[in-house]
Amino acid sequence: MSLVKPAMRGLLAKRLRFHLPIAFGLALVAAVAFKFTVTEPRKQAYADFYKHYDSMKEFSAMREAGVFESVRPTGK
Amino acid sequence: MLATRVFRLVGNRTLSTSICLRGGHGVAKVEDYTLPAYFDRRESPLPDIKFVQQLSPEQKSLKEKEKGSWAALSKEEKIALYRISFKESFAEMDKGTGEWKSVVAGIFFFIGFTGLVVLWQRKYVYGDVPHTFDAEYKQKEVQRMLDMRINPVEGFSAKWDYENNAWKK
Repeated sequence: MSLVKPAMRGLLAKRLRFHLPIAFGLALVAAVAFKFTVTEPRKQAYADFYKHYDSMKEFSAMREAGVFESVRPTGK
Repeated sequence: MLATRVFRLVGNRTLSTSICLRGGHGVAKVEDYTLPAYFDRRESPLPDIKFVQQLSPEQKSLKEKEKGSWAALSKEEKIALYRISFKESFAEMDKGTGEWKSVVAGIFFFIGFTGLVVLWQRKYVYGDVPHTFDAEYKQKEVQRMLDMRINPVEGFSAKWDYENNAWKK
């Protein structure tokens, strides 16, 4: 007949005390993981692509392939 | 005149109810669903009525014994008293029914049936796909995409080796 009186108040506060730091931590981890697996490699890929990019060469190649309407391929 | 007729009816009714208290005519029949009911529910543990309403003679004698000291009751008698008041114990009422198996089986069955319907549709309902799905057309399409340098940094054209005219290894 000597049962402990259960907690009657502060139940939400107790739950938040436990779960909010975890939630914030996981969100932070997700953001950091995304940054280092997606955005940084992407930025590097673009930097590498444009480091030795010759736009005139690419343009001529595209022109010869005939994809433009403003300029025809050189030749007839 | 109508009012007096109504007054007479009302008067008659009050007269008849006072007779009813002795005669029993005119009182509405008590339906079962209007009486307090027994139910097994976790959230309200004490139903309005006991489970067993008509006690057998042994049960009646047990109820008499209950009025004395409870220490004198044996274990079986205590359980019998419990079963008089309640239909299922908490463990029994909380037990799963296994209904989910039928539900999942039904889901799979109807998904399978839908698959058959879709197959029939493909054969008998749909017309031909457009000419843009032909192999040569697709080849020309891919060539044009490569010529236009679609997604040259990380995507489509990035995987094509323009020097050797082949996909990158």
